[in-house]
Amino acid sequence: MTARLAVGFAWLAALAAVLFLLVPLLTVAAASFSPTPVFDLPLDGASLRWYARIATLDGFWPALSLSLQIALLSTAIALVIGTLAAIAIVRGRLPGAEALATALVSPLMMPGLVLGIALLQYFRAMGFTATWSALLLAHLVVTLPYVARTMIAGLALFDFTLVEAARTLGCTYAGAILRVMVPALAPSFLTAGLFSFLASFDNYPVSIFLTDVRTKTLPIKMLQYIEEAPDPTLAALSTLILAATVILLVASDRLIGLHRMAGTSE
Amino acid sequence: MTAADLPVPSPVVSPAPDRERWLAIGFATPAALVLVVLFALPLALLFTASVAGPAGLTLSEYAKLATPHYLGVVWNSLRLALLTTGIAFLIGYPASFALARARGVLRSVMLASLFLPLAASVIVKAFAWTILLRSDGLVNTVLMALGLVDEPIRMIFTETALVVGAVNIFLPFMILPIYAVVAQLDHRLVEAAATLGASPAVAFVRVVMPLTLPGIVAGLALVFSLSVSAYVVPTLLIGERYPTLSTTIAKAFLLARQPGFGAAAGVALLAITLAAVALSARLGRSGGAR
Repeated sequence: MTARLAVGFAWLAALAAVLFLLVPLLTVAAASFSPTPVFDLPLDGASLRWYARIATLDGFWPALSLSLQIALLSTAIALVIGTLAAIAIVRGRLPGAEALATALVSPLMMPGLVLGIALLQYFRAMGFTATWSALLLAHLVVTLPYVARTMIAGLALFDFTLVEAARTLGCTYAGAILRVMVPALAPSFLTAGLFSFLASFDNYPVSIFLTDVRTKTLPIKMLQYIEEAPDPTLAALSTLILAATVILLVASDRLIGLHRMAGTSE
Repeated sequence: MTAADLPVPSPVVSPAPDRERWLAIGFATPAALVLVVLFALPLALLFTASVAGPAGLTLSEYAKLATPHYLGVVWNSLRLALLTTGIAFLIGYPASFALARARGVLRSVMLASLFLPLAASVIVKAFAWTILLRSDGLVNTVLMALGLVDEPIRMIFTETALVVGAVNIFLPFMILPIYAVVAQLDHRLVEAAATLGASPAVAFVRVVMPLTLPGIVAGLALVFSLSVSAYVVPTLLIGERYPTLSTTIAKAFLLARQPGFGAAAGVALLAITLAAVALSARLGRSGGAR
């Protein structure tokens, strides 16, 4: 009896959690089709006028382009150097491998805001004023822990004798890594890349201290729009970002499986 | 010809141990450099800036933090984090068990509903709550339609709005680590407990809870450290009337130009999150020792 009740309670909590998590996303999507400038829900009628207005948001295109550049580049660099470090750590021939592994994930435990102000003062002290490069470097610190965490876990399950086998069969060391290890680790690369891209693309607390009046990332611009004049245009923009995220997630689910990304090996 | 004369097959192309070690060091160097130059050194400088006065070392910036006003600010941050972590645990712990039992389409739907909000921008979600919680928003409309309230209640810019938004945004960080542990749970242990005469409640408290402790601790630590340093959520959902450590830090740098004070507040925030992480690491270990 108690057991039944407990199971029922668990399902109830899960149902509540799912609804609670989805409500804000559905709200934004619904509000984006509002025919009027207020967020009257439920809607009477639907309109696409706010989608047409996204492009007219002041400074929208430069912000989107900047965010994409920084997110893609920092993810690419983090994937390369994070994977190299993960190989060194997992193969166990590195002095202090454990310490490096801990250090690599440690920025995850750090409030973004603290990293932001630390880098702001640091770059100022060095007289480093190039906003774009400062953002890229800062986002490298944001993305590297995600890559390191996923790649260390992924490589721990990889059978390195496969690389040796490929070399016995005549592959060079680099060739063996590229043609054997990289394909075998594709799911880990995708997971790491996805987490790292999203962490950078959505980052607010680090970027806010490193941008200037002319160079602003999309999250900073969005918060500014919301504080200045919230209208359904923002809901439309948010819905488009959500739609892109859904596509990314569906693709990852097809390629990797969400339950594997959730950290269970089933 | 004896066996000794036969050519010894050379070990398969494995480079010499020494070379392997240098290769490993070479592989690790770029990431280690990033950590030192862009993480460790800036943090060291932040710490220095928080104790640097015009005439040598000083704790005056920290003394400002110890005034009643700023102690209230620190308490605001802690209160938000404790409420958020507590509520997220009460929902997330049972939900993880249901998630671990789900199979097929149901599991995919549930996981997707965890991942989608996780992947969605914090700003988008906080913005959604400002729409939902307005006095003419959906929540009030529903409450009035159900006859629970007679007139719209004020929710936006209240602590309720703040906590609802924070729980909503950080809940997946509670569920995922717990789910990862619950999904690996060996159900034979629960059955064994039952065979040995334990009631379901006793089996749960004595067997299941200790086994899921690492997930619980990870979830609690993650949600606490994320919510104690949340910035976007308090900015959009409550604003000036509920200053937190994070909003104070941002203000010190972006508006007030008090980098010394901002640095001290930053170090304080960092200390709080590190304390939470250290405490959870200890709890996780003591639980794992069973």
